[in-house]
Amino acid sequence: MTEKASSKAIRDLLQDEVPKAVSRRNFIKGVITSGVAVSSASYLFRASSLLHGQQSAAGVGERLITLNVNGQQRRVDAMKQETLASTLRYKLGLTGTKLGCDRAECGSCTVLIDDIPYYSCSVLAHTVRGRKVVTIEGLAKADGTLHPVQQGVIDEQGFQCAFCMPGFIMTTVGYLKTNPNPSRQELAQGISGNLCRCQDYDKILTAMMRGAENLRRSNLG
Amino acid sequence: MDNQKTENKKTGEPAKASEHQYGAGYKLIGKNYQTPDLYAKVTGQAKYAEDFRAEGMLFCKLLLSPMPHARVKRIHSNAALAMPGVKAILTANDLPAPADTLTDNGTVIKASKWGERGLTNEPVYQGEPILAVAAVDELTAAEAIEKIHIDFELLPFVIDPLDTLRPGGPNPRTDGNVWTRPAGQNPGPPLVTELKWTKDDFAELDKGRLPMGKAPDEWSYGDLDSGFKSAALVLDETFVTPDTSHQTLETRSALAYWQNGKVYIYTGTQSTAQTLPAIARWLNISPDNIVFVSEYTGGGFGSKITGGVSMIIPALLAKKANAPVMMRISREEETFIGRARPSFQGRMKVGFSKEGRITALDMFVICDNGPYDAVGDAPSSGRIVSLLYQPQAMRWRGVTVLTNTPPRSAQSSPGGLQGIVIIEPIIAKAARKLGVDQVAIRRVNCPEGKAPFGPAVQGKRQYATSAFLKEALDRGAEQFKWSERVARTPKRMGTKVRGVGVSLSCYVGGTIGFDGLLIIKPDGRIAFQSGIGNLGTESVIDVHRAGAEILGVPWEKCDVVWGNTTKNLPFTCVSGGSQTTHAMTRAAYATAMDAKKKLQEIAAKKLGGKPEQYEVANERVFRKGGASMTLAQAAKYAIQLGGVYDGHEASADLHKLTKASVAALAGQGLVAAAKDNYPRDGSTFSYVASFAEVEVDVETGKYYIVDFLASADVGTVIHPRALGGQVLGRSVLGIGHAIGQKWVFDPHYGEMVSKRFHHNKPPTILDVPVDMQWSALDIPDPETPVGARGVGEPPVAGGCASILNALSDALGDEIFQRAPVNADTILTSLEAGRPMQHPLVAHI
Repeated sequence: MTEKASSKAIRDLLQDEVPKAVSRRNFIKGVITSGVAVSSASYLFRASSLLHGQQSAAGVGERLITLNVNGQQRRVDAMKQETLASTLRYKLGLTGTKLGCDRAECGSCTVLIDDIPYYSCSVLAHTVRGRKVVTIEGLAKADGTLHPVQQGVIDEQGFQCAFCMPGFIMTTVGYLKTNPNPSRQELAQGISGNLCRCQDYDKILTAMMRGAENLRRSNLG
Repeated sequence: MDNQKTENKKTGEPAKASEHQYGAGYKLIGKNYQTPDLYAKVTGQAKYAEDFRAEGMLFCKLLLSPMPHARVKRIHSNAALAMPGVKAILTANDLPAPADTLTDNGTVIKASKWGERGLTNEPVYQGEPILAVAAVDELTAAEAIEKIHIDFELLPFVIDPLDTLRPGGPNPRTDGNVWTRPAGQNPGPPLVTELKWTKDDFAELDKGRLPMGKAPDEWSYGDLDSGFKSAALVLDETFVTPDTSHQTLETRSALAYWQNGKVYIYTGTQSTAQTLPAIARWLNISPDNIVFVSEYTGGGFGSKITGGVSMIIPALLAKKANAPVMMRISREEETFIGRARPSFQGRMKVGFSKEGRITALDMFVICDNGPYDAVGDAPSSGRIVSLLYQPQAMRWRGVTVLTNTPPRSAQSSPGGLQGIVIIEPIIAKAARKLGVDQVAIRRVNCPEGKAPFGPAVQGKRQYATSAFLKEALDRGAEQFKWSERVARTPKRMGTKVRGVGVSLSCYVGGTIGFDGLLIIKPDGRIAFQSGIGNLGTESVIDVHRAGAEILGVPWEKCDVVWGNTTKNLPFTCVSGGSQTTHAMTRAAYATAMDAKKKLQEIAAKKLGGKPEQYEVANERVFRKGGASMTLAQAAKYAIQLGGVYDGHEASADLHKLTKASVAALAGQGLVAAAKDNYPRDGSTFSYVASFAEVEVDVETGKYYIVDFLASADVGTVIHPRALGGQVLGRSVLGIGHAIGQKWVFDPHYGEMVSKRFHHNKPPTILDVPVDMQWSALDIPDPETPVGARGVGEPPVAGGCASILNALSDALGDEIFQRAPVNADTILTSLEAGRPMQHPLVAHI
């Protein structure tokens, strides 16, 4: 989706929220009850809608949308303000994408959207309708054969606690599409948006370089 | 293009240390292999705490204290509880009374009244959880929290240890401001008491030096006065190390539910088996009523040694609400409750001979403990420094001060990093003043062999099992091409200046006395029961390679069972203090020897001859003359024979947790279980020599690490790639302390401002060179059967100090007097000609 198109999508969403010709007091009340302005320290999602027979908080609408995830068309109820990371983890059963900071600092939540790495914690689920989303679960083949970059991790015993691993792998897969034969320095730049607290950077770089080599070889053969 | 060299042209050896040939004479030890957890990790199937789900799961949110120290007078929660969807609220009044600890030898340690309990009615730091609300979804829980109002009584607060030590200064807790350890043969638990220094003590502060008043803890050896008198050079330096949040990438989210009277808890931990007794203590229930699941943990570094007390919040809410509760901890909450390394405000007076040998060392440290349980960093720092530099005479004094800042815990090399980072810049300065090479001055002070450390205890000083640090230092200097780099000129080209630094580093490396457990099944497969946590070190799997090696079984026939306390795990060490590889290879060795003995006895019973005539190898037990059986057959016979052979009887010296696991496995095969009773002469440490080159731009203050190498003495190498990951990974953890990690507080409100990654700045991949180097001596430690020592912590201090030493080599001694060193420090100090950071104020 182009830059303009995604901004339009967001404007379209907001358009639905704000009724025209409304008093300032009612507007603020409406925003508060819709849950959008709840404390910045909170997460804005739920495990599944209408749990325990409870009504959702006034003004919070979930809409049934279709997302293209890992090659499958998935129908899911998602709130307008729900992040793609939340939808993947709590509505689609795809917990491989991790939440490390939920604020675009660490990259644990990285997925590919139309082959480009994004922090899914900072992408609204509704804005990826019609786009191709790939998560860590979507890399290996149906028969279990690993993606060449995943195989690079196996070959080099990459990563330690591996909480950052799905993010790093998705970023690398996306990066290699633009630069399939990087030097260590170039690849480090390319994946610098991912943090590792075990600080396994040297071995991660080795594993990702090996993955790049595996990928080049598999593309030739 | 700087693709990595695959081979060292001179020697034909692989350029990467992880590809060297280790484990001479071994099939498994010292060889790389694919750990069994790797496939799940790489496909995203590995489940961490927040990945688990339960039917009808509620979410809870925490209400954090806005005050650094206050008393909760009244909680107005009616509006919150009236919200549809809100299911339960939990306050400190709902917590079970803290349980006393019963140690393995029967001693009772009374619960501390100052201990952290998870929730509180007297918050002692801004950000402390006061209460929790469970609701059908997080939106509702968060809104409920917003609707709760609390009447607080503000109490005095302290964020800088020096402020509370001042005469008339405020106290962080109502009972006092320092932790003191009672003296005596059987001392009770530590106590919070009040300590105030004098106005005269604080006169030192005006001179930019650490005030040194009365210290509750002190020891010494040798003749300090004559040591200083005979010194060619005496330096007296004050230095401050930063508080650094552990900031594990996985926060301590936890899921809990109750089923048939048992509580099931899913959360991260460094030590699976040992978290069970911790939960039992916190919830004041029997360990038999707890199931703890932790298959994958996203980092610990000392902050999740037995998980964290916060996991009882969803457990208790789940009981109240009669539904599973997921507590998702946000990144900001994790900064508050997720632990941090305590800062040291330290001072050392060091005497050097003309060769740089330390003749006397007077060490004084103030440790910022935070508001809760006493950390051991201050005492550790003295022991580590005394071991690493072998001062001929030494006095150590320490005071562990409470403050109203987030709780601390051990972080990789607790006390070791701080002590070494304080003394290393002093040694670097002395080398320059004495005209001694930086490597040479460390070599002359290096520990070797059964090196002594600490004070005399009952007339005798303790000592290390071994130390080959001189060899590691020499090897590292050669691999790093130290002399060439030092000799290289010009050091300055345009605005860029280069500097090289070296540091020694060490930390404890192993404990003893734990249990192992394995079962040889009738199908010939061997299951190793592992109570170690899976936090990324891979020791959960690696130590069992030693067991498989002894038994001579191919690794493909081995399964490692881990991650769930219902899976019959043995009593295991905590994975902290770098003890796991040492302690659990010993336990694995003992267990394999027990299996071997049983195999020999079974063979003798069935095939004749004497047990000692039989060998175990290649999945068979056999003797000369041909009589043999497969391990699978032996397992079947074990079941027939019963008794000690199949787990119906167990060795009396096993821990009760292990005995329970043995009993649960009874009848399923040949069960081997043993306690590590091997002797050990000395205490185990591991050592690293760290080398760094930096390039500083004196116009911008920005600097890069050009090269880094860590040369390790960690005993026998078990798993080269995992070892490299630890050596370099932990070096980078240390490097973070030099290049930017720290806390910043608003002192007026006692409020932390450095709450997130982009404030705290943990190292990114661009902060380190793309080709970091490491090597390991692979010399076995003589006091342990497999020869392997621990590795997690020894590299940390060297990472930090080598960078600091490289910086002072590039820029001189008038730039910094505390860590981390940032661009603004470099620029302002260069301009002023003296260090421009405040020497002692905390959290700036």
